[in-house]
Parts: sequence; structure tokens; C-alpha cells
Amino acid sequence: MSLSAKDKKNVVDFFGQVGGKAAEIGNDALSRMIVVYPQTKTYFSHWKDLSPGSADVKRHGLTVMTGVLDAVDKIDDLVGGLLSLSELHAFTLRVDPGNFKILSHCLLVVLAGMFPAEFSPEVHVAVDKFLAKVALALSEKYR
Amino acid sequence: MVEWTDAERTAINFVFTKLDYDSVGPESLSRCLIVYPWTQRYFGGFGNLYNAEAILSNPMIAAHGITVLHGLDRALNNMDDIKNTYTQLSELHSEKLHVDPDNFRLLADCLVVVIAGRLGTDFTPEMQAAFAKFLSVVVSALGRQYH
Repeated sequence: MSLSAKDKKNVVDFFGQVGGKAAEIGNDALSRMIVVYPQTKTYFSHWKDLSPGSADVKRHGLTVMTGVLDAVDKIDDLVGGLLSLSELHAFTLRVDPGNFKILSHCLLVVLAGMFPAEFSPEVHVAVDKFLAKVALALSEKYR
Repeated sequence: MVEWTDAERTAINFVFTKLDYDSVGPESLSRCLIVYPWTQRYFGGFGNLYNAEAILSNPMIAAHGITVLHGLDRALNNMDDIKNTYTQLSELHSEKLHVDPDNFRLLADCLVVVIAGRLGTDFTPEMQAAFAKFLSVVVSALGRQYH
């Protein structure tokens, strides 16, 4: 499944509009992931406070969203562009790739909730495909 | 048997009271067909599904979306035995409709996205968790009679 020119345009335009709220989006998505899919908490055992909107969650939400926005800039070569992030996830973080889908779903839920007018079905499919490609690029170095 | 806390029951019931079936049903099914186009394989007789606009304005899809959403009412009214509530519907989807049960999860995901769009910040993480749990029990029940 590859990104068509229209998909790329939809992704770039959409994140251009909503990127300013990266901190809020990241915080909400990560908070939801931890609450709705508690198995994901296993990756954050070193945090003091895993409750929605905690300082740790906020900070990390922004980190993740910054990565997503960076990926938007590298949409024409995700595997190449995300190489070092892939190495990080493969050798250091070792996040089971199944969790990328979970976080992607939570991102979609947040984007739909925060931007109901902009998150049309066409934008929805483009962003879903894009996040899947990002997940694939992040898993590139796993094995 | 699935255990539901009072908070979960309240959250799930709240979501349903806010549900405009006539609009959420059609939008959820439409998004499913648009975001996961392979699901269109089950709708060969539904007319024009050529692009997103066609799907969103297709009256047969809209009607079916409402039907499917009302299918959740059974679970809502039988939360302590969702498993057995869907025995016949599960057989129908397996034996007659031949729907890959993976698709139930895809539609459930689209439903959550649409509800988030309607409720905004009212759709808290805890509410999402309860509703997602509810849908996963329904999805599991619908897949039980497959063999």
C-alpha cells in the first residue's frame, strides 16, 4: 500500500493546518493509549506518573508528535529519512511493532476529536496510510 | 463472563444516548469503506462506491450503516451476556455473508473515530477505554461461530 500524490498532499496540508497543536495532540494521544491499552504501560515503568496529562506524558507526547511532523517533511523518503529513529526503536527502545498500530489509532481518534471539520474521510485514509508507512519505516531496522 | 464496572456501564450508556444513529451509522460504514477499501468486497450490490463522495452519498450504504449501528443495541441491552446475544448474527456473518471477522475490528475502529469527532473533548480517555472494551466484546462475540 503506497501513498498516492493525493494522499501526500492531504497529509502535508492537514498537518500544516494542525501542526501548531502538536503538544496538545501528542499529550492526548499518548494519554489515551496508556488508558485504553494498558499493556502499553510496560514501556513506561520508569516514569513517576502515568496519568493522562502528567508531566512525563506531556513531554513524551510532544517528542512523539515532533517525530510525526518530521516524518511529514520526509514523506517522500520515510525509510531513508527515519533511519536513525528506526535504529533507536530497534536497538534501544525495542518497542513491539504491534504498538505502532495502537498509537496510530489513538492519534486518529484525537485528530478526529480536535479537528472534526478538517478530518474528512479522505484525510482520514491518507493519514492512516501515512502512519502505517511511518510505522513500517520505524520497524525497518528491527531484523 | 465479562466484568463491567459501574463507571464503564455509565460511560457506555452515555455514549449511546449521545449517538445520532442516522448520522453516525452512515458515516462509520462510509469511513470503513473509504479507509479500508477492501471492505467494499461485501457491498457489490450496493451501487456506486467509486470514490469517497459516491460512498458518502450512497443511500443504500447509509441505510445499512444505520442497521449495523442498531445491531449494537442488542449488546447494550444484554451487557452481561453479549457472547450469546450474537450467536445468530455470528452465524449469519460467517455462513451467509462470509465476512472476514477482521473486518469487525476495522468497522469498530471507524466507529470510535466518528464518535470522537462528534463528542470532542467529552469523549474522555476513560470513555474511550470503556467503549473500546464494549466493542471488542461485540467483535469477539460476532467471531465466535466461525469455524
